[in-house]
Amino acid sequence: MTGTLAAIGAGLAAIGAGLGIGKIGGSAMESIARQPEAASKIQTAMLIAAAFIEAVALFAVVVSLIA
Amino acid sequence: MKFSHFLTSKKMSAVAFFAVFLLFLNANARQHESEGAEDSSAVMRAETGHAQEKDEGKFEINNFIFHHIGDAHEFHFWGEGENWTGLHLPIILYTDKGLVTFNSKAFALDNDGTKVVEKGGMRFVRAHGKIYYAADAAEHGSYVHHEKNEKGEEVILNKKPLDFSITKNVFTIFFSVILLLVIFLSVAKSYKRREGKAPKGLQSFLEPIILFVRDDIAKPNLGHKYERYMPYLLTVFFFIWLNNMLGLVPFFPGGANVTGNIAVTMVLAIVTLVIILFSGNKYYWGHIFNPPVPWWLKPLMIPVEIIGIFTKPFALMIRLFANITAGHILVLSLLCLVFIFNSLAIAPASVFFVIFISTIELLVAFIQAFIFTILSALFIGMAIEEHADH
Repeated sequence: MTGTLAAIGAGLAAIGAGLGIGKIGGSAMESIARQPEAASKIQTAMLIAAAFIEAVALFAVVVSLIA
Repeated sequence: MKFSHFLTSKKMSAVAFFAVFLLFLNANARQHESEGAEDSSAVMRAETGHAQEKDEGKFEINNFIFHHIGDAHEFHFWGEGENWTGLHLPIILYTDKGLVTFNSKAFALDNDGTKVVEKGGMRFVRAHGKIYYAADAAEHGSYVHHEKNEKGEEVILNKKPLDFSITKNVFTIFFSVILLLVIFLSVAKSYKRREGKAPKGLQSFLEPIILFVRDDIAKPNLGHKYERYMPYLLTVFFFIWLNNMLGLVPFFPGGANVTGNIAVTMVLAIVTLVIILFSGNKYYWGHIFNPPVPWWLKPLMIPVEIIGIFTKPFALMIRLFANITAGHILVLSLLCLVFIFNSLAIAPASVFFVIFISTIELLVAFIQAFIFTILSALFIGMAIEEHADH
């Protein structure tokens, strides 16, 4: 039972992180298309933001692994 | 961004309805199943027997995966049982009676607490990769005492000596440190020898990466004081990158899950924390102990800021650990698909997915090294920022 709940928790975390990273990726694509010369700066900023979101999702994964 | 349109859109409500519908359907099916099983106990017994068999198979795969991502006292090359080929690494224990060392060969690959090793007047057994003092008498052939705790999990009651062994991970850390020293000392020497000339050989391969760390990681985040922190950033970047890559190599010098070990990432994060704490200037500490907020918010903000000091390195630790461990688990689970389905037909698909994920993992190995370094630089940069114009 706890295994199932943990799996549901991990799935929910994945949905949240997916939404967040999708939004970041989409916006980064848009801004690179608007201003291709700033691509490298945008990519760096995108990766940092993605890392923060990913960390939250990974916290959830770790918690559901422990539970 | 507003998410309101997301909730009100027709497509989403249709999806939500369908999901809820499926959920009920599933619950109903479960109920039917259990009712049906109650009717014929014989069938149920047969089924549970079958389920147990399945469970055992699954359990073994879990064991297999956790064995591979965990640490060990031996470096396994290939083969099982009698054909086992590998490196027995030294065991170093700090016991009640001082330091005890012996070769892990003495355990003869035992991991269930059945083989007792006598050394220095003490008896040791190994169970699930951990070394314990052996019990006086064997219990079902095992010299460790098991007991169930309140959660129903098996716990081992034997006392443990402190284990400072050269394990698989420690061995790989030594290996990568030596590799990094050899590479970078030779590159540094060629910079001295060929001053003012174009880079050559290994030097020309590493120069763009070092410049990348300097120009894209250190300079934008640390400002004009970046040179002080370059040695740390370069070290941590190349150490993490090399170990991530070594973890993806499935045979001898690689294969250990070093950066996927939470102790290793914890030490890396603590080093970053120490650097932040020692290089923080008065603005940084002022921001923590006297944040620029109305006076009545200060009792709330000061604890939050103090916790914030520790959450940053904590997130660094978890991020690297979880990313690398998740990558390894993913690759191994995809490999295990063959054993779960127990058929050769699934093998091409499994191999294809493993290659696909491994390629992504090559990218992740670099990105995680980059992220760890750039976040370290960012946090150090926040601590040494000069202005305080809030």
